[in-house]
Amino acid sequence: MSNAPALVAAAEPTLRGRIDPVELLRRYPRVALSAGLVALLFLVALLAPIISPHDPLAVEPDNAYLKPFTSGHVLGTDELGRDLLSRIIWGARVSLPVAFVAVGVGLVAGGLIGLVSGYKGGLTDLLLMRLIDALLAFPALILAIGIVAGLGPSLTNAMIAIGIVGIPVYARLVRAQTLQLRQMEFVTATRSLGAKPLRLVLGHIVPNLLNPVLVQVSLSAGFAILAEATLSFLGLGAQVPTPDWGQMINAGARFLSNDPWLAIAPGLGISISVYSFNLLGDALRDALDPRLRS
Amino acid sequence: MTTYVLRRLLLMLPVAFLVTVGVFLLIHLSRGDPALVLLGEDRSPQAIAAIHHELGLDQPLYVQYGIWLGRLARGDLGRSVITHQTVSDAILERLPATLELGVVALLWSLLVAIPLGTIAAVRRGSVADHLATGFTVGGVSVPNFFIGIVLIFVLSVSLHLFPFGGYVPLTRDPYESLRHVLLPAIALGTAGAAINMRFTRSSMIEVLNHDFIRTARAKGASWRRVVFAHALKNALIPVVTVVGLQIGGIIEGAIVTETVFTWPGVGRLAVESIFDRDYTVVQGIVLLAAFSYMFANLLVDLVYGWLDPRISYA
Repeated sequence: MSNAPALVAAAEPTLRGRIDPVELLRRYPRVALSAGLVALLFLVALLAPIISPHDPLAVEPDNAYLKPFTSGHVLGTDELGRDLLSRIIWGARVSLPVAFVAVGVGLVAGGLIGLVSGYKGGLTDLLLMRLIDALLAFPALILAIGIVAGLGPSLTNAMIAIGIVGIPVYARLVRAQTLQLRQMEFVTATRSLGAKPLRLVLGHIVPNLLNPVLVQVSLSAGFAILAEATLSFLGLGAQVPTPDWGQMINAGARFLSNDPWLAIAPGLGISISVYSFNLLGDALRDALDPRLRS
Repeated sequence: MTTYVLRRLLLMLPVAFLVTVGVFLLIHLSRGDPALVLLGEDRSPQAIAAIHHELGLDQPLYVQYGIWLGRLARGDLGRSVITHQTVSDAILERLPATLELGVVALLWSLLVAIPLGTIAAVRRGSVADHLATGFTVGGVSVPNFFIGIVLIFVLSVSLHLFPFGGYVPLTRDPYESLRHVLLPAIALGTAGAAINMRFTRSSMIEVLNHDFIRTARAKGASWRRVVFAHALKNALIPVVTVVGLQIGGIIEGAIVTETVFTWPGVGRLAVESIFDRDYTVVQGIVLLAAFSYMFANLLVDLVYGWLDPRISYA
């Protein structure tokens, strides 16, 4: 009953081989729209030091609880007089890198396990998949919370935890695709021509995995932002005074009756970011699904 | 069927073993020393050593695991280092609140998902379909704690329609219990509603294209009858899989929702125990969550075969 199932996604068949990104954006408006939203998020995170109107950490007790649109504070200020808009803009700079490092951890570790498991088969596959089954036995958020509880609450540990949670998804996805590709004629032909396993995997199997992995990466990024916000909301991720969206909602919830925007504005930040990545994943999956294409 | 169940249970054993190893190591390698929590100010090496001896923490790790696994096999999850209550009692005390929340959230998700999914499939390409499809992406994108906070702000703080926290047991006052559970259940069930709606829609579209639907229409059955009497029953089979997994994952979702609504369930107990460094309780809850998820997976597979006899257990 959580948002976690969004993590598991790219089980649908996807087109293999190289796809022209310009053609993809031109033919599929949903892909273009969602890619535009994601690009905008990155731009906000990248340009935060320039576009942020105030220092997100600057405490000004005299300016505490300013309502939106007052004296140069578009979204008002929090209980310490810090500018809310600036903190939300800088929040993107916290959430996006966390999401991408976490996705990177899951992708590299899970992808390697999936490749080895799918290519080698036999006992290696059996043992690695039992390990993955054990990770899959945990509901995603419980596993993340368990790991953070073990390592101690911090943004870095939240990143590691979310990354570990992503490992089984990539391992399963890459293994399934590798098993299919291994049987294909072009792989058999390359092998019979004497290609070494490493060259076969890197030169012929990995390039054909890119499309389904791309879909999964954008869906996992949405999940990672959500999971990071959840951990920070619970006090297990980013710690004060880091301008983190989840942690800002937690702090803002205490002032809900008089200053609701303190919780609602960062909540919208999380929702729009996660929506953009989920929409991109969804649109890419539809665009790359050969059944829907035909 | 029996052979299949036995084989699945047998296959679950190595996974269950790895799960116990994982949970044990995770908590034992954690940074918090329960002795420091228990001792407070008196942290002399002798006192720490005495607590370590009492809790068995001075034994080698594999011995500690063996002892812990032996106790686990007898249903003993240990004792809370803070309250000294047994972990199983602490969980059982909080479980009814979590189950009530989970069941109402699930009902809410199905009440939203099935009608919306059916309308979206029957009127494919219409405005209603586009709105419903937008909801499937939006519903899983908004954090449940944020939904909870917005609900509290609008329906409790501003309109005073619902209480904004607390729990009244169903057995004490069913009406008040329902009033208290509704907002957290909506917050918890919305993501599930989006996922279930997506499955209902795609499954319904597939079923509506089958020959038996065309035959029913050709025999003069009305659309309403075709949709509700023929298509929906078959379309809901894949939804069962997702719903089953959602039941298995109730504790997961409850962690955040219970924190927002100060709901005295297992999820809130988990968060409180993490901050209290009461790792025995955390360990018990993580294990419970993992095992209920594993068994939900197994049950889903079995129910799926029962609902769709074409699925072979061979």
